[in-house]
Amino acid sequence: MSDILLPLLVTIPIMLAAFPLLAGLKYERAGWPIAMVGSLVVTGLAALLTWEVYLEGQSTGDQIIHELGGFPAPRGIELVGDGLSALIALLIGVVSVAVLIYARESGPQGNAFYSGYLLLTGGLLGVAFTGDLFNLFVFLEIVGLVTYALIAADRSGKAAYGALKYLFLGTVGASLYLIGVGYAFVATGTLNMLDLQTALAEVGYTDPLVQAAFGFILVGFMLKIALFPLHTWQPDAYTYAPDSVSAYISALVSTTAAYALIRISFDVFTVEFFAANPLIADGVVLLASISIVVGSLLAVMQTEIKRIFAYSSVAQFGMIVAAIGITSETALFGAVIHLVGHGLMKAALFMAAGIMATAYGARTISQYGGLAKRAPFTSGAIAITGLALVGIPPSIGFVGKWFIALGAVEEGSWGLAVVIFVSTMLTLLYVARIIEKLYFDPPGDPHGAGHDDHGDGHDSAVDGHAVADGGHEPDATVEQTDGGSTETPVKPGDSPEQTAAVSGAVSREMLAVVVVLTLATVALFVSADQFAAMLEPVFGRFFQ
Amino acid sequence: MTDSLITELLTEQHAYVLFVLLSSIGIYMMIATPNLVKKIIGLNMFQTGVFLFFVTTAYVVGGSSPVIPPDGSGGPFASPLPHVIVLTAIVVGVSLTAVGLALTIRLYNEYGTLRADALKEVIGDE
Repeated sequence: MSDILLPLLVTIPIMLAAFPLLAGLKYERAGWPIAMVGSLVVTGLAALLTWEVYLEGQSTGDQIIHELGGFPAPRGIELVGDGLSALIALLIGVVSVAVLIYARESGPQGNAFYSGYLLLTGGLLGVAFTGDLFNLFVFLEIVGLVTYALIAADRSGKAAYGALKYLFLGTVGASLYLIGVGYAFVATGTLNMLDLQTALAEVGYTDPLVQAAFGFILVGFMLKIALFPLHTWQPDAYTYAPDSVSAYISALVSTTAAYALIRISFDVFTVEFFAANPLIADGVVLLASISIVVGSLLAVMQTEIKRIFAYSSVAQFGMIVAAIGITSETALFGAVIHLVGHGLMKAALFMAAGIMATAYGARTISQYGGLAKRAPFTSGAIAITGLALVGIPPSIGFVGKWFIALGAVEEGSWGLAVVIFVSTMLTLLYVARIIEKLYFDPPGDPHGAGHDDHGDGHDSAVDGHAVADGGHEPDATVEQTDGGSTETPVKPGDSPEQTAAVSGAVSREMLAVVVVLTLATVALFVSADQFAAMLEPVFGRFFQ
Repeated sequence: MTDSLITELLTEQHAYVLFVLLSSIGIYMMIATPNLVKKIIGLNMFQTGVFLFFVTTAYVVGGSSPVIPPDGSGGPFASPLPHVIVLTAIVVGVSLTAVGLALTIRLYNEYGTLRADALKEVIGDE
């Protein structure tokens, strides 16, 4: 009975995607409510599914399987729900609601955006649930296509450049994945994941065709996940996209790709494949380790906030893929937690960066000088999620990293443990730089390049921002001349009725979303047991 | 030994050789040319190579189209599954081309150039 949840989760957002455009013919602002209904329904259904899997997983450990159109398994396409995909679906639901609340004020406006948004949600859920390799390709491409369109949604030239770059690399990635699927199909004659698991074992894991299939699939996903050196699309795409879109895609798009890689590695190729091909397993760990170190180093070298976070994703996903390579249950457990945690943290960070940019025009580290006094909530959110990203307890970032590192030590891959440690230090370096600027640097400080030339230099700078955010700047200017030393009443969202009309203004809801996500990353610190209960049946299957 | 292998590859499995050639040329074109439209053409060529691979795998010597008469006679049949896959993949490829060209048009309207290197310079300077 509960298996009907799976097709509903995938089809509801995709069907609803037509309505913002249709209703938009008559009502100009119809898009947001429709998208909100879709996202809330998805979240509700995902929560229901998670609950059922949680209960059923305790008793039987079975997967929930739905055969699409009633066609039986090897030929028909299945949707499969288990603890892992339910968790990812829940993450997709929560983040899509959060970003939607944020996007109401920050834009991009227009019903086409909301159509794309729902389509993307449906595509991501499809990736999470499909049990068929070719169907996965189709959903990956739905996700890809909509992502390219959404990145360019604010119609700026830069965003189009970022989107086109992503389109080239993303398509090559998907096509390489398709070649891999083709090889696996030639070797076995089936595309169903569960079926392939036995069929591949019969062909033999050391068969060149099977090895090549995994190689192509791996490289394809490395492009989609954005691991070094195939990450080049990611910083441009995240930086030039509208803030709400950056938050959404950084939290979910690479995440579902990494989830799909985990699913294929352990459900299709299985642990025995890695055991039979130690060279491939070591290669995965090596590539991922390089990605961790180089991604962190590149992040340290950036000055633009969104670019820092983008490169940091390269490093974080390196850890997740490394956990696949060492095939340790502990590490994979950490990887799944980190997948969820990273999604929440990056969503919060990108939205906070968006608030800073719309309210104060601050997009680089140097412009963040002293902003903590004027935007205490946003700064607090950046500081806390930033520290969570470093892996400082209590936060979900710590739990994920801890289990990955623990798994690495258990398996005796000390190299990986050292790499994770080094990357943690580097993460601390760039997060500390941001926090230091926010809290300990007075505005107009000589280090604060950009508005530093002379005494009233920052006054004119603020006037410059006034044009940019168009909302509550008269007060802002007054505050600024006070030197920001007093208790400042100008917080983003202080005058919603005044700012609501202006797109690009900061509303109370935007702030609330960021704060709630931040608190969630901290609260989830205690969630390891729940994660373990959810994932135990799945991992029992992976590592039998 | 090697000679016979190459001969066999070229005479009996030339479709696979063509798949590799087409894909490589496509991907090289995408990387090497600075022109955005030509990059998209290269991307299409790469994808077409992949489609060719799938169509080739479906081929059965002397096989007919898999429409089985009511009495179940006939055969051998060509495998229909790769054809379905390729049809879907072609649709995906067409949509990708459309989005790519739309983005290219917007870039051209904004910056007046189709050259990737020039665009990189302009956008990097901003």
